[in-house]
Amino acid sequence: MTVNGKPAYSRKELAAAFAARIRDAVRRPMRLMEVCGTHTVSIFRNGIRTLLPPEIALLSGPGCPVCVTAQQEIDAFIALARIEKVTVATFGDLMRVPGTLSTLRSEKADGRDIRMVYSALDALNIAAHNPDRRVVFIGVGFETTAPTIAASIVMAADRGINNFSVLAAHKLVPPVLAALMESGGVQIDGFLLPGHVSVIIGAQAYLPFVQQYGIPCVIAGFEAEDILNAILKLARQVANGGARLENAYKRVVSFEGNPRALALMHTVFEPVDAPWRGIGTIAASGLKIRKDFSRFDARKVFALDVPETGEPPGCACGDVLMGRKTPPQCALYKRICTPANPVGPCMVSSEGSCAAYYRYHGD
Amino acid sequence: MADKKQHILLDHGGGGQLSHELISGLMLPAFRNDILAQLNDGALLDIGANRLAFSTDTYVVDPVFFPGGDIGELAVNGTVNDIAMCGAVPLFLSAGLVVEEGFAMADLEKILASMGRAADAAGVKVVTGDTKVVPRGVADKIFINTSGIGQIHAGVNLSAEKARAGDCVILSGSIADHGMTILLQREEMAFEARLQSDTAPLNFLVARMLAASGEIHVLRDPTRGGVGSALNEIAVQSQVGIRIHEDRIAVKPAVAGVCDLLGFEPLYVANEGKLLAFVAAPHAEKVLAAMHEDPCGRDAAVIGEVVAENPGTVVMETRIGGSRIVPMLTGEQLPRIC
Repeated sequence: MTVNGKPAYSRKELAAAFAARIRDAVRRPMRLMEVCGTHTVSIFRNGIRTLLPPEIALLSGPGCPVCVTAQQEIDAFIALARIEKVTVATFGDLMRVPGTLSTLRSEKADGRDIRMVYSALDALNIAAHNPDRRVVFIGVGFETTAPTIAASIVMAADRGINNFSVLAAHKLVPPVLAALMESGGVQIDGFLLPGHVSVIIGAQAYLPFVQQYGIPCVIAGFEAEDILNAILKLARQVANGGARLENAYKRVVSFEGNPRALALMHTVFEPVDAPWRGIGTIAASGLKIRKDFSRFDARKVFALDVPETGEPPGCACGDVLMGRKTPPQCALYKRICTPANPVGPCMVSSEGSCAAYYRYHGD
Repeated sequence: MADKKQHILLDHGGGGQLSHELISGLMLPAFRNDILAQLNDGALLDIGANRLAFSTDTYVVDPVFFPGGDIGELAVNGTVNDIAMCGAVPLFLSAGLVVEEGFAMADLEKILASMGRAADAAGVKVVTGDTKVVPRGVADKIFINTSGIGQIHAGVNLSAEKARAGDCVILSGSIADHGMTILLQREEMAFEARLQSDTAPLNFLVARMLAASGEIHVLRDPTRGGVGSALNEIAVQSQVGIRIHEDRIAVKPAVAGVCDLLGFEPLYVANEGKLLAFVAAPHAEKVLAAMHEDPCGRDAAVIGEVVAENPGTVVMETRIGGSRIVPMLTGEQLPRIC
């Protein structure tokens, strides 16, 4: 709203008004989980916690793609990079994540061909321009990145780019939410649901979850005001005993989602049981490349023999991702595990809750 | 962990924590002396009755030509600015070139011409130089080192230890232009935006400021590591707290958009034509007015203040009125996944 061409309210006034309404709505202590790493970062960067009443605790959930990638998967990425004539293309976040013995960054310093890219299509172009290399794109992320990665595989098939493959390590959001509710020791009064993922899968994707577990859920955008608005809606539901799905990001999230993106994703991928860091294997919570496209499946193209490994001793990434612990409650946090010397991926990714706590002194 | 110690990683050159470890762990012990140990942008030297500032920097920017400038202009402006931040008039530069075999002669000519123009614009002379050619693949196209000497303005005594509670923090213009321009130019970036490097010589701006007030305590050009890192270094070296206000820090909309898309914080992105000044509060208006007269300081604004509380810490009031710490960056920012 503008008055005489100027905003009627400044952002500070608007935020203060939200904060006042949230204070009015809160009747008892409540634990709200923001599932998505981008929300975690926005909450810290905007100082949102400093505007909320002490009754509201915000927990960071399993929605940071790097953080939920299992150590074993990282080891597989590193094993790939060591194969002759292989070029590994990856999103930047993954470079520093420690595997059992090494990181992609250290492998790159050792002379392996590892490139940082911004999309799977960039990796496809590298393959097209370097026919003597075998280019593997590391497919991590949620429903947000899966459609473009599917598109890169379809394009590789169409253009006959056969030196391109994808190591699919995708994760899906609705199954992990259910796993969270099924696991013991998790006390959550409401979920702030991810905005970008919901653009693809639509609000409808959460209905079975909300119906089964009867818990307040609000889909939220990423601006500070989006998040405050969603927290207000959650606080009101919790106060009134509500258990509904609300879409507070209607300007981009529809009920159905993006049918074209979903169709593309289903053409190339099918659900598979997937390992989550610190959580374990969750049924049908990942994506694998369908048989029709198996010549672009790095797991089929390369014989990857990666021994099973556990998580590093003491690392509480799993508990942090599940909202059972806050980062400062991990014995390694700040003492051994720092952004310059991370033990677990929650400290590596710019969206990891440990890195966010560390950087913005969340403790 | 094995990863950290055996090799030099890109993060060792990133200006963050690993760079600091390299300096304190290897450089300082190797060269033990009191002047280096001050860790200013340039060395402050007393030679006879003369007070000189001496600084060096090496430029390896890729790509060599970018919107708003090129490696040659950057190499001149960068060293000119390091000297200017010492409160000195930059006078003489050296230029050392490492050129890769096969580099186009026309490109070398363009870069040298650009260095010449930049030197003229800044009022400095390139008085000595060296060129080495290395076999193809041994260097990436061209690297340039410049060193420079300047004469410190009479009566001026600037240092990163001199910020005091009550000082105003002035920023000369919008941030993150250079770093995001370079990032977007890297070949594998598929999207385009009209960004432009802010590379510029700041010595004339500094001269105006020093003429306007004798109460400027610290000057710093927030290059690698950005405004966030520079403020943290000053907070630590001066043992003061710094409070800044997000809504007073200018970021051009296109720059902010690209940062947002990649998950970068503009506060940590490099600038090549901006400065931070710590000025006693009663003098802030005078200094600002002088800055507004200069093309490099037209958009200068007070972005914060120095406080006694929380020494060594930078706190920001956010756009929505919350508050948060602005931490020291621990490694290069990496683009995020989604």
